[in-house]
Parts: sequence; C-alpha cells; structure tokens
Amino acid sequence: MEATLFYILAVVTIIGTVMAITEKHPVHAIVYLVTSFFSLAMIFFLLAAPLIAMFEVIIYAGAVMVLFMFVIMMLDLGRPSEAGLPGVRQWILPSVLGGIILLSIMAVAVRHFSAPDTHGIISITDFSVTLFRKYGIAIEIISMQLLFAVVGALYLGRKR
Amino acid sequence: MIVPLEHIIALAAILFSLGLVCTLVWRSNVIMLLIGIEIMLNAAMLVFVGGSSKWGMPDGQVFALMIMAMTSAEVSLALALVVYLHRRRNTVDVDEFRELRD
Repeated sequence: MEATLFYILAVVTIIGTVMAITEKHPVHAIVYLVTSFFSLAMIFFLLAAPLIAMFEVIIYAGAVMVLFMFVIMMLDLGRPSEAGLPGVRQWILPSVLGGIILLSIMAVAVRHFSAPDTHGIISITDFSVTLFRKYGIAIEIISMQLLFAVVGALYLGRKR
Repeated sequence: MIVPLEHIIALAAILFSLGLVCTLVWRSNVIMLLIGIEIMLNAAMLVFVGGSSKWGMPDGQVFALMIMAMTSAEVSLALALVVYLHRRRNTVDVDEFRELRD
C-alpha cells in the first residue's frame, strides 16, 4: 500500500514540476511547484523522515516559495506578456542535455545494488543526537552562513 | 524500505533533469532560473533521504537539513540580487546582465 502511494506521489511530483517549468505565468508556476513540494514532503514521510517532511512543508513550500511569490508581486512580473515563454527552438538543446543526464543516471541506477537493506528505524532522537553530537560543527558553520546571507541581503537592499 | 532504492534514484534523476532543463531554458526570467536550481536541490535532498532510509543511518537526513538551510541562505541572497538588478535595469532578463562593473 505504501509502495503504491509512493508511485502515485512520484507521478504527482513529476507532473507538478513539468507544469511548473512550462508555465508561462510565474505565479502559476510557483503554485504548481508548491503542489510538487507537498507531494515530495509526503514521499519523505514515507521514507521514514518525518522531520525532513515537516521542514520541507514549512521552509520550502512555506517560506522559500512565498519569498519567490513576494518578489514576483513586488517587481510586478506577474504579467505573462512581459516575460514570454521561450520558443520551441530554445527547448530543444536543453531537453537533449537533460535527457542525456537522465539516461546516464538511470543507467547507473537500474544496476542492481548488492548492499542489503538494514531495517533500522530512524527515530527523531537518533536524528537529533547525530545532528548535534556528530555534526555540531556543521550547525555552527551553517548558522554563520545564514548570518552572512542576512548581512549580504541587507547590503544589497539598502537605499542609496 | 518501501520501494527499491533504484526507483527513488530514478525519481530524483527525473526531477534533477527537469530542474536542469528549466535552468537552461528560462534565460528570459531570472526567477524561473532560480526555481530550476530549487528543483535540482530538492532532487539531491531526495537522494540523501532515500539513502538514509536504505541504510538506516540518520546522517542523510542531517545533510538534507543542511541543504535546506543552505538553500534558504542562497535564495534570500539571490532574490535580493534580483531586486537590486531590477531596480537598476528594470528587467529580469539574464542576457541583460552581462557586465559586472557598476
């Protein structure tokens, strides 16, 4: 039952992403992408990562996509006539390149992995202990990076 | 593990290729280009979480969280740049932003 749910959600994710990248209207593209991220969050939940699923909804679908929407509305880019859809000729070469990368990853991926499954359940306690014990220094670095991003955004957005 | 790891990697590969195509195609709108980068980073996160689920180690989930924090920093800076460039040039076409001097 869970496997069926995974395949349904995978199809929803792919359709949402395809609609997002071919959509002429930026606001509609963001809404399709939010749909795709919601089903991806559900896939994360099925893969025994409930915390990542929650953060996917809160940070990606909640914060990042709303930030995109905010910038689109602030700069008044919502009109599709302003930034038109690229022509058919512009889609050919990127599609070929993407198809080559897709086929090469698939060729590696369909080869059978010999490593056996380990049936350990990852609890949130395990996740937190690993996060703050083993990767404590990474938390410090990532918090400094967020601070630098705030300083950079303030510098770029200041009035001159 | 509810599905084989190959299927998860296949889904991630499809998402990654779609994000790559989006980044390459949408040169007329820098916001859609950033959305393509978001899709690619999500595909990377899916591979991390799938590996973490297969081997029963929480490290993959930790790195998915790191990718998320990195993405929010990247998006805030990139959108600040978009606002800045739009204020200067009044366009979001990437081809217009050829020169780095101010």
